Amino acid sequence: MTAAVDLKNVVKRYGPVTALHGVSLAIADNEFFTLLGPSGCGKTTLLRLIAGFEDISEGEIRLFDKDIAGLEPNLRPVNTVFQHYALFPHMTVLDNVAFGLKMKGVDPVARRARAGQMLEMVHLSAFADRFPSQLSGGQQQRVALARALAPEPKVLLLDEPLSALDLKLRQAMRVELKQLQEQTGITFIFVTHDQEEALTMSDRIAVMSAGRVQQIGTARDIYEAPENRFVADFIGETNLLQVDVAAVREGRATVVLPGGKQIVCPASGTSSGRHNLSIRPERLTISDNADLMATVERVVYLGTDLQVIAHLDSGEPISLRLQNAARVSLPEPGQRIGLHLEEGGARLLAD
Amino acid sequence: MAGPGRGTGSGDATYRALVRPLLIPSWLVIGILMVLPVALMAVYSFLTKEFRGGVIWDFTLAAYDQFFLDRGLFGDEPPRIEWTYITIFWRSIWQAVLATLLCLLIGFPTAWFIATRPARTRGIWLFLVTIPYWVNLLIRTVSLRFLLRDQGPMNEALMSLGLISSPISIINTNLAVQIGLFYSYLPFMVLPIYAAVERYNFALSEAAADLYASRWATLREIVLPVVKPGIIAGCILVFIPSLGAFLAPDLLGGAKTFMIGSLIDEQFRGSQGNWPFGAAVAMILMTLVLIVLLVYARAQGRAPR
Repeated sequence: MTAAVDLKNVVKRYGPVTALHGVSLAIADNEFFTLLGPSGCGKTTLLRLIAGFEDISEGEIRLFDKDIAGLEPNLRPVNTVFQHYALFPHMTVLDNVAFGLKMKGVDPVARRARAGQMLEMVHLSAFADRFPSQLSGGQQQRVALARALAPEPKVLLLDEPLSALDLKLRQAMRVELKQLQEQTGITFIFVTHDQEEALTMSDRIAVMSAGRVQQIGTARDIYEAPENRFVADFIGETNLLQVDVAAVREGRATVVLPGGKQIVCPASGTSSGRHNLSIRPERLTISDNADLMATVERVVYLGTDLQVIAHLDSGEPISLRLQNAARVSLPEPGQRIGLHLEEGGARLLAD
Repeated sequence: MAGPGRGTGSGDATYRALVRPLLIPSWLVIGILMVLPVALMAVYSFLTKEFRGGVIWDFTLAAYDQFFLDRGLFGDEPPRIEWTYITIFWRSIWQAVLATLLCLLIGFPTAWFIATRPARTRGIWLFLVTIPYWVNLLIRTVSLRFLLRDQGPMNEALMSLGLISSPISIINTNLAVQIGLFYSYLPFMVLPIYAAVERYNFALSEAAADLYASRWATLREIVLPVVKPGIIAGCILVFIPSLGAFLAPDLLGGAKTFMIGSLIDEQFRGSQGNWPFGAAVAMILMTLVLIVLLVYARAQGRAPR
């Protein structure tokens, strides 16, 4: 199967600054693929390279097996939903949506009909004759989406399209975007710094940092099996403990926890020595069958959850999350508790 | 309505009582410098001329009659349309339109160039554009005459390069007037377009390219419509002074390039002048300009924000 977008060792330099250091990615057709990372990690640069607004400095970029390096953006069957929408202010909503079709030479009757359908799809038929400045942010966002989808691109690029919306709208749009992607069968490449967005919508996620892809995988992969410290730390909350590794065999490591207890946990290709152990806060429970001993500092009430902030006897901070169930008795600050590590709740990281 | 005037009726009255005196300077400036001179000119255009310049306070339509109607040498023939002045008007409008188009053709790329430089160098470019305007327009126009004349530096340079064998006569032609008007008013085109392009969101051009628009299509469909207010403002700022210009036509053009500005200028010179006629020509010119502005204002009113 040919990939929708195939990047091989793509390097992008701006003068002396290197924004991307040899990125390789293969995005499958019909996939909802997310580029996730903090600002400045190169995710938007990568999107702009695919759209054709910038040229790659080195490497290879293919779209359905066709080499598109150096091709002008107007010649690429790729459309973009811009972060701040970039709607044409002098055109009505309908003309905005029909613009791509007009440039492709579709006749006026057909393109207006198609633009009308697209507006219907994003529930904005009533606003066809308005100008963008007369719409709310959420409505503008839908127009941008309809405009980018109208010419039926092979790949749709979305550059943090939800970042300007308020929380409720953002949550509703996540569901809608995912449905839209399934409905249209178009490959979506979604850029975001919001991990929750990434985890809820994506088929696969590429976590990026400092111009490099750190890990590619499903939401579950990157959350439960982070390959390195950056991914473990960036996705969700985690406790990182320095531990001594006794042995590593077939992806599993025997490590010595602070306090002396030995456990066996999955490892991301490390050797023996001193390494970071990632423990998810929700995989720790208060138990007499203790792997670690800690002293409670503070209990934070979060509604559905309780966060317990504590420190180990060795002094390292550790936090855990407990479901706010009726039976839970709150630990008191200063109380000494035993922490039990659930099976598979810890992972040894490569760096 | 925002502001301190909002609230109770007595508060409103206090506010007005306080603000009225503060408005007096503005009213004086508008009244003395704008309303009064225009009113004076309107009144003068209906007076009778005094032969050594000046006016006699007898109300008459003679000035307008002279402009539009030809009643023969002794004023006793049946009236026909007087083409002399209408031709001058027509020539002036045509020259002003050409000057405006020339300024637009050169000014738009210039403004675009400046607006797309890094922010810290834009100021320098703008400064360079405005430098010539630190010198008086009369001196610049006279210098231009020197540059363009048959034995001037331009012709001599071209001849010494062997590009031409005899001097090109530019001075005293329409072309010379064109060059003069273009040179005089180019910054009035560059600056408003610069302001519009500087505010232009270049993501719109990217969006257009993303939606299959070529560079030309992007310019035509997106850039020009979006920066149109700047272009129109520039055109008005060049067209209006070009229409009434008299330095460039006087100093660079000949008798064949006589324009409205010179016609008005002549009416107020020495003892040959005709003040009411000059005032009438100025009134007609102003009416024309107001019509242009009105058309522009209406076009703006219809456009989306």
